[in-house]
Amino acid sequence: MERYQGKTVYKGIAVGNVVVQKSNEQQVKRTKIENAAEEIARVEAAVLIAQTQLQKLYDKAVKEVGEASAAIFEVHQMMLEDSDYQDAIQNMIQTELVNGSYAVSMIGDNFSEMFATMDDDYMKARAADVKDISNRLVRVLDGVEDIDWSTMEPSIILADDLSPSETVQMDKDKILAFVTVHGSTNSHTAILARMMNIPALIGVPMDLDQIRTGDQAIVDGIEGALILHPTEEQLQLAQNQIQIEQEKLQLLQTLKGKENVTSDGRSINLYANIGCVSDVAYVMENDAGGIGLFRSEFLYLGREDFPTEEEQFQSYKQVLQMMAGKKVIIRTLDIGADKQVDYFELGKEDNPALGYRAIRICLKQPDIFKTQLRALLRASVYGNLSVMYPMIISAEEVKEIQKIVAEVERELDEEEIPYKRPEQGIMIETPAAALISDELAEMVDFFSIGTNDLTQYTLAIDRQNQRLEDFYNPHHKAVLKLIQMVVDNAHKCGIWAGICGELGADQELTETFVNMGLDELSVAPSMVLKLRKIIRAM
Amino acid sequence: MKKFDYVIKDEIGIHARPAGLLVKEAKKYESKITMEANGKKAEATKLMLIMAMGIKCGQTVTVQVEGADEEIAYENIKKFFEDNI
Repeated sequence: MERYQGKTVYKGIAVGNVVVQKSNEQQVKRTKIENAAEEIARVEAAVLIAQTQLQKLYDKAVKEVGEASAAIFEVHQMMLEDSDYQDAIQNMIQTELVNGSYAVSMIGDNFSEMFATMDDDYMKARAADVKDISNRLVRVLDGVEDIDWSTMEPSIILADDLSPSETVQMDKDKILAFVTVHGSTNSHTAILARMMNIPALIGVPMDLDQIRTGDQAIVDGIEGALILHPTEEQLQLAQNQIQIEQEKLQLLQTLKGKENVTSDGRSINLYANIGCVSDVAYVMENDAGGIGLFRSEFLYLGREDFPTEEEQFQSYKQVLQMMAGKKVIIRTLDIGADKQVDYFELGKEDNPALGYRAIRICLKQPDIFKTQLRALLRASVYGNLSVMYPMIISAEEVKEIQKIVAEVERELDEEEIPYKRPEQGIMIETPAAALISDELAEMVDFFSIGTNDLTQYTLAIDRQNQRLEDFYNPHHKAVLKLIQMVVDNAHKCGIWAGICGELGADQELTETFVNMGLDELSVAPSMVLKLRKIIRAM
Repeated sequence: MKKFDYVIKDEIGIHARPAGLLVKEAKKYESKITMEANGKKAEATKLMLIMAMGIKCGQTVTVQVEGADEEIAYENIKKFFEDNI
């Protein structure tokens, strides 16, 4: 038995076998070989296996995220087939008598370098694709197994850290828990765990090279511990706890269909946060009254080019139709800071959190913004849509947005394309916006307070920096005062105000928020019934 | 030998996917199909080299088709450029 202590980002207990998700970078050793022809044949066979893997990934992606997003795997297949690439590898094996994986790795680096030095940003980004296919070939040659999600048993995922593009490839039904060496409480892994209602630990000092896929483990999200090779006794204890958790969950189910009303008759809307179309299932399952935050940037992640207007329109329309008249609040693109996408070519910044992100990108690059607005306005016809704009700091920005929205409406009019103007609000996530919320309230239909950024900017604490977690007090009076100010200013102008950050799901604050007069809390789907229980007990 | 000039319309230039599709199309023919732009030259069956040419929107590519099936290859490759790139 080995026990590792980490930090819980989502509570719960899981028992199962682990799957070690190795990152794509690996050490390749150079060895001398005797028979070049044999080694070349081995590489040829590996190319075929890699092709099959890519075909499977392509098929899966087409089904789940659509053809345009899947195209990257098709491109990888084409690159793998390239005769120059293959000839160079074979030539190196022949002339230098080196092992296949070393040759692949070296030639991969050469080709990758060729793209990296081009003066075209799009082509520069292709360097990563060449690296990716070479790594895939090396993994096949060295017998490092790729996770085959189709045949995998539900498992505990162990990784160094998980990027959005890695989690896109995962089959969500097969994940019992996440455990990572790095990552922060607000990382992508954490958001995903909350969405899926599975335990997750970060900062666990485990040695991934020593742990084998298939080893049994317990993830104890209450104690923040990962227990490898548990004893019979520990297993029994964990199973009992799982049993108790499930009974609690069943009790919560009885709250479905009930209103979020306190005993003295005050009510609040409980909505859910989602990141993609398939998350709507979690929203329904947990009986949320609507969607309070659809993070539209997830349509832009894990792909190599901008999603088209049509793709976006289809996604928004689908969510609106599935929600059948219930409110759906879609936040426009919030890229930048901790969410980077290669094809936006945002470049390096000294202070990304204070940098070129969210609405700033949209206002500077109105083409990107307009494509999204067109898709939103068109989809609005199919349900009860609200749109909100992130990272606002001034009234001028809101005016600029309104001007662009009017332009889009005029274009759609001219093209005789049907649309409906959605309710429009802004996120209050900068101290600046909170302090001028009296002025902003006169310009918009609602406020949604993004507490993650509001806290980060108010306390001047980088939420990605793990060393600062001890200084980070999410209940800081300054933040709560700002929230109260925003709610009061909203109500003075007759508009509503909600919270869509992590703080909204903080069960210690639910009572405070109801007392503050907030109209809505948007939380991870798995939190909706838990909050309903607290509110009904008030 | 047949030849045509083509001005790239795609905003990103000849990017990965159309380049890959072009390679697939070019491999269908016996004829040798060469592309020339920016003072660089590449056979249309070589994906990495085509991408490395870094052909951008608005630039002109000269495509040369030579071989037994050059008539049909010329027609189809030309149409491919017009439809995809």
